[in-house]
Amino acid sequence: MIYSDLYVILPEILLSVFALVALIAVVYAGKDQRASLLLWVSTGMLLAVTAFIGIVGSGTHVAFNSLFVDDAFSRFAKILILASAAVILLMSESFMAKHDLLRFEYPILIVLAAVGMMIMVSAADLMTLYMGLELQSLSLYIVAALRRDSVRATEAGLKYFVLGALSSGLFLFGASLVYGYAGTTQFAGIIETTRDQELSLGLLFGLIFVISGLAFKVSAVPFHMWTPDVYEGSPTPVTAFFSTAPKVAAIGLFARVLHDAFGGAIADWRQVIALLSVLSMFLGSIAAIGQTDIKRLMAYSSIAHMGYALMGLAAGTQLGIEALLVYMVIYVTMSIGTFAFILTMERDGQPITDISALKLIANSDPLKALSMLILLFSLAGVPPMLGFFGKFYVLKSAYEAGLIWLAIAGVVASVIGAYYYLRIVFLMYFGDDVNEELETRGTPILTAIVVVCAAVMVLGIVNLFGIDGAASVAAEILIR
Amino acid sequence: MDSGWDESDHMVGLEHYLTVAATLFVIGVFGLFLNRKNVIILLMSIELMLLAVNINLVAFSAFLGDLVGQVFTLFVLTVAAAEAAIGLAILVCFFRNRGTIAVEDANVMKG
Repeated sequence: MIYSDLYVILPEILLSVFALVALIAVVYAGKDQRASLLLWVSTGMLLAVTAFIGIVGSGTHVAFNSLFVDDAFSRFAKILILASAAVILLMSESFMAKHDLLRFEYPILIVLAAVGMMIMVSAADLMTLYMGLELQSLSLYIVAALRRDSVRATEAGLKYFVLGALSSGLFLFGASLVYGYAGTTQFAGIIETTRDQELSLGLLFGLIFVISGLAFKVSAVPFHMWTPDVYEGSPTPVTAFFSTAPKVAAIGLFARVLHDAFGGAIADWRQVIALLSVLSMFLGSIAAIGQTDIKRLMAYSSIAHMGYALMGLAAGTQLGIEALLVYMVIYVTMSIGTFAFILTMERDGQPITDISALKLIANSDPLKALSMLILLFSLAGVPPMLGFFGKFYVLKSAYEAGLIWLAIAGVVASVIGAYYYLRIVFLMYFGDDVNEELETRGTPILTAIVVVCAAVMVLGIVNLFGIDGAASVAAEILIR
Repeated sequence: MDSGWDESDHMVGLEHYLTVAATLFVIGVFGLFLNRKNVIILLMSIELMLLAVNINLVAFSAFLGDLVGQVFTLFVLTVAAAEAAIGLAILVCFFRNRGTIAVEDANVMKG
């Protein structure tokens, strides 16, 4: 009994034990001098666990009296989370070493955050969900303020902490109401209550509080205000991490709570999610126009992209979840590529995040400029690129679920959003008067990641590398 | 009783606990948004919100005759302690860089 339960959470156990042992070992073996080695080992460990989940995982297993579930949906999300965390660690090494930020805590905190995210997407009970959410959040608060001697980084950490704690509070208040009015914290029990009868007022309040708390984590408007500041203030590799794995985990968690626990009350939450979606798409697209800092721009870009992902959730159908998962895979790939490019931007050894510095970069570094062009076209959703198909899937799912107004709003927001992506392309190819050369040499790893991500955006249009099949299996599990 | 009142009218019931918890929670949220002075007050407000949740959970647990709510409370208490520790650590770093912990001075980035 206990052994079969432990086997279900073996990937989580492996990673947590690794993080704790590594912490002790590195403290005794030279601290920050060993940080580089630890970073490579952590990357290897994350990739190994990704492979383990991908190869060994099958079927649906419920563990610990249905506190924890391992199914196709959670495996899909876990593989995406772990793979992106590993790639981000690979990207971080040179930047962190160069700017004296390569502390041994960094890889350990990333691994612990990844464990938290794995628990989030596997939760089958409000308690498990809360513990996973907090393990993730507490690790992320610290990595946001990793650059201890910088005003910006500590301010980013402080803002992230205060608003993150507020969102946890909102979520918990909702969870306590759901517990009181459903009589249980297990998703399986809550869905029984919501299926049999109309939602009672208490449950409805609980649902709204839970949605608000989770909307903070995916940075959906009107709960987005922390995003631009935290993205700008944190070190760039940390920003890259924020825009990938935690977003996947939070969206996965959102989908699981709404379908596994409140699947009987789709009519009650659909309008709320649709509203969050439309507000995020428009605010993300419009507010990004005036930005001069590329990290702030990416923050608004990620808000808009979360709006599209939520559109798949608002559909409330299997197709919607499938579109949501495909969208997240494409979004994560685009983000990783774009941030790998941002990490290469520097002048006299100092990192540069000014958009105007990108003027005429196509002359000095045509390969990366072309890759960035493809990535930006893909982010904007210009047809031949993969980003277009991601948007197309979610719009289609919303249309087929009868949310035609939402699909139309999505198209309009996408056209507005295209402006600021294309402006960067314009600067890169046709900008004028270069006053100071920007260097984008970067390390071979960063160059490889930028080029591979761009290649994926072009080659993926053949068959999406088969992820739509896996997403379909994962979505089927969630909709029962 | 000859005075004619029913004893159950004067008992402290579930709704009283829920009212207290909701009030504390709202005070916490308002403390977070209206406070312009000190970051420590933000931490106190966060703590107040979490404790309001605990009252809710324990009240429901007693009402339903189900222990899960109290187990949840223990988890919340533990996590709240960890959260406060991390919040204070970040606050100390912020104070070293900025020389102040006033909320309105956390304004290097516009947001």
